Amino acid sequence: MTTSRPVVVVIEDEAPIRQVIRTGLASHGYEVHEADNGKLGLVEAATRKPDLVILDLGLPDMDGVEVVKQLRTWTSLPIIILSARTMEMDKIAALDAGADDYLTKPFSMGELLARLRVSLRHVARVSEDAGSVFELDGSGRKMRVDLAHRRVLLDNTEVHLTPIEYRLLAVLVKNAGKVVTHRQLLKYVWGPGHVDRPHYLRIYMGCLRAKLEADPARPRFLHTEIGVGYRLAAE
Amino acid sequence: MSEDRPDPDALLARVQREEARRVRGRLKVFFGASAGVGKTYAMLSAAHEKRDEGVDVVIGIVETHRRADTEALLAGLEMLPARQVEYKGATLREFDLDAALARKPALIIVDELAHTNAQGSRHPKRWNDVEELLDAGIDVFTAVNVQHLESLKDAVAGITQVRIWETVPDTVFDSADEVELVDLPPDELIARLREGKVYMAAQAERAIQNFFRKGNLIALREMALRRTAERVEEQMRDYREHQGITEVWQAGERLLVCIGPGEMAAPLVRAGRRLANALHAEWIVAYVETPGLQRLPPEERDRVMEELRTAEQLGARTVTLSAPQMSTAILDYAHEQNITRIVLGKPRRSGWRRWLFGSVVDTLVREAGDIGMHLIGAASTPDAVRNNPMLARSRAYLGLQQHSADKKRWMGYVAGAVATAAASFVGWISGPTHELVNVVMIYLLGVMLVAMRFGRGPSIFTAALSVAVFDFAFIPPAFTFAVSDTRYVVTFAVMFLVGIVISNLTASLRTQARIAGYREKRAAALYEFSRVLAASHAESEVVEAAVKHIGDEFQGQCVLLFADAQGRVEYPKAPSQTGSLHGADLAVAQWVHDNGHPAGQGTDTLAGAEAVYLPLKGAEQTLAVLAILPINLRRLFLPEQQRLLETFLSQTGIALERIRLSASAQQAQIKVETESLRNSLLAGISHDLRTPLAAIIGAASTLDGDDARLDVDSRRELARNIHDEAQRMARLANNILDMARLDSGAVTLNREWYPLEEIVGGVLSRLQPRLEGRPVSISLPRDLPLLHLDAVLIEQLFVNLIENALKYTPTDSAIAVSASRDATEVTVTLADRGPGIPPGSEEALFDKFYRAKPEQTQSGVGLGLTICRAIVTAHGGRIWAENRAEGGAQFHFTLPIEPEPDMPPVDEMPPAGAEAP
Repeated sequence: MTTSRPVVVVIEDEAPIRQVIRTGLASHGYEVHEADNGKLGLVEAATRKPDLVILDLGLPDMDGVEVVKQLRTWTSLPIIILSARTMEMDKIAALDAGADDYLTKPFSMGELLARLRVSLRHVARVSEDAGSVFELDGSGRKMRVDLAHRRVLLDNTEVHLTPIEYRLLAVLVKNAGKVVTHRQLLKYVWGPGHVDRPHYLRIYMGCLRAKLEADPARPRFLHTEIGVGYRLAAE
Repeated sequence: MSEDRPDPDALLARVQREEARRVRGRLKVFFGASAGVGKTYAMLSAAHEKRDEGVDVVIGIVETHRRADTEALLAGLEMLPARQVEYKGATLREFDLDAALARKPALIIVDELAHTNAQGSRHPKRWNDVEELLDAGIDVFTAVNVQHLESLKDAVAGITQVRIWETVPDTVFDSADEVELVDLPPDELIARLREGKVYMAAQAERAIQNFFRKGNLIALREMALRRTAERVEEQMRDYREHQGITEVWQAGERLLVCIGPGEMAAPLVRAGRRLANALHAEWIVAYVETPGLQRLPPEERDRVMEELRTAEQLGARTVTLSAPQMSTAILDYAHEQNITRIVLGKPRRSGWRRWLFGSVVDTLVREAGDIGMHLIGAASTPDAVRNNPMLARSRAYLGLQQHSADKKRWMGYVAGAVATAAASFVGWISGPTHELVNVVMIYLLGVMLVAMRFGRGPSIFTAALSVAVFDFAFIPPAFTFAVSDTRYVVTFAVMFLVGIVISNLTASLRTQARIAGYREKRAAALYEFSRVLAASHAESEVVEAAVKHIGDEFQGQCVLLFADAQGRVEYPKAPSQTGSLHGADLAVAQWVHDNGHPAGQGTDTLAGAEAVYLPLKGAEQTLAVLAILPINLRRLFLPEQQRLLETFLSQTGIALERIRLSASAQQAQIKVETESLRNSLLAGISHDLRTPLAAIIGAASTLDGDDARLDVDSRRELARNIHDEAQRMARLANNILDMARLDSGAVTLNREWYPLEEIVGGVLSRLQPRLEGRPVSISLPRDLPLLHLDAVLIEQLFVNLIENALKYTPTDSAIAVSASRDATEVTVTLADRGPGIPPGSEEALFDKFYRAKPEQTQSGVGLGLTICRAIVTAHGGRIWAENRAEGGAQFHFTLPIEPEPDMPPVDEMPPAGAEAP
C-alpha cells in the first residue's frame, strides 16, 4: 500500500450528498474529486488516477450501469455504487457489470468508510497476491481457509466440504468483504449455463452455513444481501 | 279537510304538467273559421301590445297576403329573414327554425300552423317547428283555421267538397295554453272578400263561388265556435278539478275504435275522436291482424300503420292485435280493457254473403253483452283513392324478401304440376283395380301436400289441374275433356271445392305456424338479449350486445352513439364490431339526443337522413342514440317490430343505467374513502415528519451556532440525535413509498426459491443495531421446503413485523420467530412479550393509518402492518394477529407451498482436503 493519500472520485448529481461524502472522506485522509454527471465523472476517473470510484446510479445524463461498463473497459479499480432503495434491478445490473460493492441510500458515513476500506484492501491483497490463506474470527469461532491446499478449518478442526461447497466458499473468500451477486456465484461455481437457477445457490449456501455457522439463522461468516447476493464477512 | 279531496296522483300529474309548462314556452293559437277573418291582424296587434309591455317579440314568419292594413302592422316589429328554399325551380320562403332558436326571443310569431314545409326542411310540418320552439322555452303566437284540424277534416270535406291536405293534430291545438277565437260573421267576411281585402279581385270572385259560399262559411263558423266551446268546457273542468270541486261523474267511458285496411279507417278514427271528446272518454284504436290481413300487400299495411299513427296524434292509444278471428280478438280485448263502447265500420258484406259467412259486426253485436256499439257509415269523399284490392291481394305479402318468396311460389306451381302428374300416374297404373273414387282421393292427397309445402296459390292451381287431368285421363270418354255422364260434373265440383277448402285450411295453418314461429323467435331473441344484458358488467359489453342483437333482429347495421362530457354526440371510440353502422349523421343524432324524439328516415324529423335515429332514454335524460340502417325500412316500422325495438331499447337503457349507477355509487364510495384516507395520511405524515424535523433542525442549528462552547460529548449527543431522527424519517418515507407502490399495483412479484432461514438471517443482520440487547429466539424446523417468494418484499414484511414489536414492547422483552408447515402452507409466527393487542382490534390493526395508541407520539403513520398484509396477500397467504395466553401478542402469516423446483445434482464427493491441489 502506498503511503500517499488514497484518491477517490465521487460521481453524484446531488450536491448535498457530494458535500457530505467529501467532508466525511477528507476528514479520514482521502483526497476527493467530484463530478456531477456521468461524462464528467468518466473524465475525472481517467485523469485523476483514482484508487476508487463512488458512483451514484441515478445520474442526469447517462445510466450508471453504462458508466460502470465504460470504466471496466480500461480499469479494474474498485467501484462502489450508491443507489436508491427502489432500484434493485439497476443495482444488480451494475454489480454484474463489474461494480465491486453497493450502498443503499440513505447510508451512514461509517458504512461508506467500511466499504471503502474493504475494497481498497482487496485491491492491495490481489496486487500482493498474498491471499492464499484466509482467516476470519466470528463471535468465538475461527475459520481458516487455505486456498493453496484446498483446506477449510473451523477452530483448527478440518471441515469436510463437497466440491461445489468448496468452490462456493472459495469464490466468496477471494471477494471477502464484497458482495457477490447470485449471477456471478452461479457463473463461477456451476458455469454460465446455470445462471437462471438461483435456488441451487441457496441450497448449497444453506449446507455451507450448516457446516460453518454456529447458528445458521444468524450467520457470522456468510451474510445474505437479500435480493442481491452474498457477502463473506471481512473483519 | 273534507273527505273527498282530490286524488294525490292526479294532483301530482297536474303539478308536473304545470312544471313542464313553466319550462316550456306558452302557445297561443289565433283560431278562425276560415281565411280572411283577421287572424294574422289580431295576432300582430297582440304582438304590438306585448312589445309595448317590454317583451322581446320577433316575427318568425307571417303571411300578409298583401293585405294593406296587416302589412302596416309589421312596422316596428323585428322580423327574422325567411329561409329561401329552391324547390322545382321556384324559390319558396320558409320559416328559419335554426335562426329562431339561435335568436331565442321571448315570444315569436309563426303564422299558418298547418303549413307543410318544403322538402329538405328539418320537420315536415310547421307545427313540428312550433313544438321545438316551445320545447326550447320560447312562447309562440300562431294562427290556424278550423278546417285544418285533423279530426274535423272529413266533416269539412263533407260540407265544402274540398279535400284538406294540410292538417294539424288536435293534440297540438288542445295543448295550446290559450286559444283566441277570431270571429267574423259570414256576411261581413263576404263583404270583405268583395272589397278585395282578402284576395285579389279576380281570385276573390272565384273563391266566393267555391269555398266561400255563405252556407259553407256558416257551417265552418259553427264548427270553430263549437270547437272553441269544447276547449272552454275542458278548461272549466280543469279549473273545477284544480279547485277541488267534485261532482258525480258518470263511470269512466272507454272507447275502442276498430279499424281495418280499407278506406273506412280514416273516417272511423276521426269519428272515434269526436265521440271520445264528447264523452270525455279515453279511446283506443285497435287493428286486428288476422292471417288473411297479414297477406295484404305492403302498401295497404302501411296505410293502416299510417292511420294508427294519425290516431296517436289525435290522442288515442293504439294497439295491434294478432288473432285468427277478428270478433273474438276484439271482444277479448274489450273485456280485458273494460271498454264501454266499440266503434266499428258498417259491414261491407251484404245480402246472401253476409247471411252465409256472417260478419264481424253481427258476431260482435250478438256477443258484446253490455258494451255499446257505434256503427259508422262510409262517407264517400270526393277524391278518395281506391286502389284495386284484388290486384294487390294477388301478390301475397310474406314480410321478408319479396324476391325469394317469388321464386318459392314459382317452384310451388311446378311442384303442383308434378304432384298432379304423379297422382295421375299412380291412378293410371292401378286404374283397372280401383274405383275412380280412390283416384280422386289420390289427387286430393297431392293437393294437400302442395298446400302444406307451398301455400294457397299453388294448391288451388293443383286442385284445378287435378280436376282437368282427372277428367281428361280417367273419365270416359278417355283422353278428351268431354264428359259422358253428368254425374261426374258433381264429382268435379266437389273435388275442386274440397281442394280449395284444403288449400285454405292448410294455408291458414301455415300462416299461423309462421306467425307463432316469428313470435317465438322474437321472444327468444328478447330473452337472449336480456340474459346477455343481465350478465354484462361494463358499458362496453352492453353496447356490444345491443348492437349485435338489434342488428341481428332488424337485419341491419346499427350503432350506439354517445355524447361526450359537453353533450356533443360523437362516434364511438372503441373499435367497431362487425355489423356496426359507419358514417352515421352526427347532426341528426345530435338532434335526437337533445330532443329525445326519433328522427331520420321514415319519421317526422329530418326524414332525408339515410338511417333511422332513435333515442335511448334513461330515467332522466337521453343516454344514447341508436342509429339503425335496416335492409327493410318498412319492417322496422311494423307495429310489432316497433314494440320489439322499443323493448330492446328500453332494456339497453335500463342495463346502461344500472351499470352507470353502480359505477357512480362505487366512485362515490371510493371518493369518500380516498378523501378520508388522504386526510388521515396528511395528519399522520405532517405529525411524523414534523417531529423528527424539529429535532433535526434544532440539533443541527445548535451545532451550527456552536462557537466551540459545547464539549465533545454534547456535540456527539446532538449528532446522534440528528442521525436517529433522520433514520426515523427515512423509515417513514420508505413505508409511504412502499404503500403507494403496493396500492397502485406497480409491484410485480420477483419470485425466486428461497429457504426461509436465509431470509430470517438477512433480516436479523439488517436489524442488528436495533436488536441490540433483545433476546431473539429463532426456531425453524429442518424440513421447511423452499418457498417461492419475492425476497425483498418478504424481508420487508419481517422487518415491519419486528419493528412493530420493537415499538410496542419493553426494550428488553423477548421476541420469538418460529415456523411450522403442513401439506399446503408454511405458517410463520412472530411472538412478543409486550402488552398485547387491544381486544377487538385484531382486524383493524391491518387497516391503513391504524394506531394502537393514537395519543402516543412515538408511533408511526400506521402503515407498517398494512404493508405486511398487502405483501402476504400478493403471495397468496393470510396474515392475522392474536394475543398469547401467557401474555404478549403474536402475528402469524402463511405462505403457500408450491411444487419445488428441480434440485441440483447430488454432489457427495470425497472431502475436499483429500484431493490434490
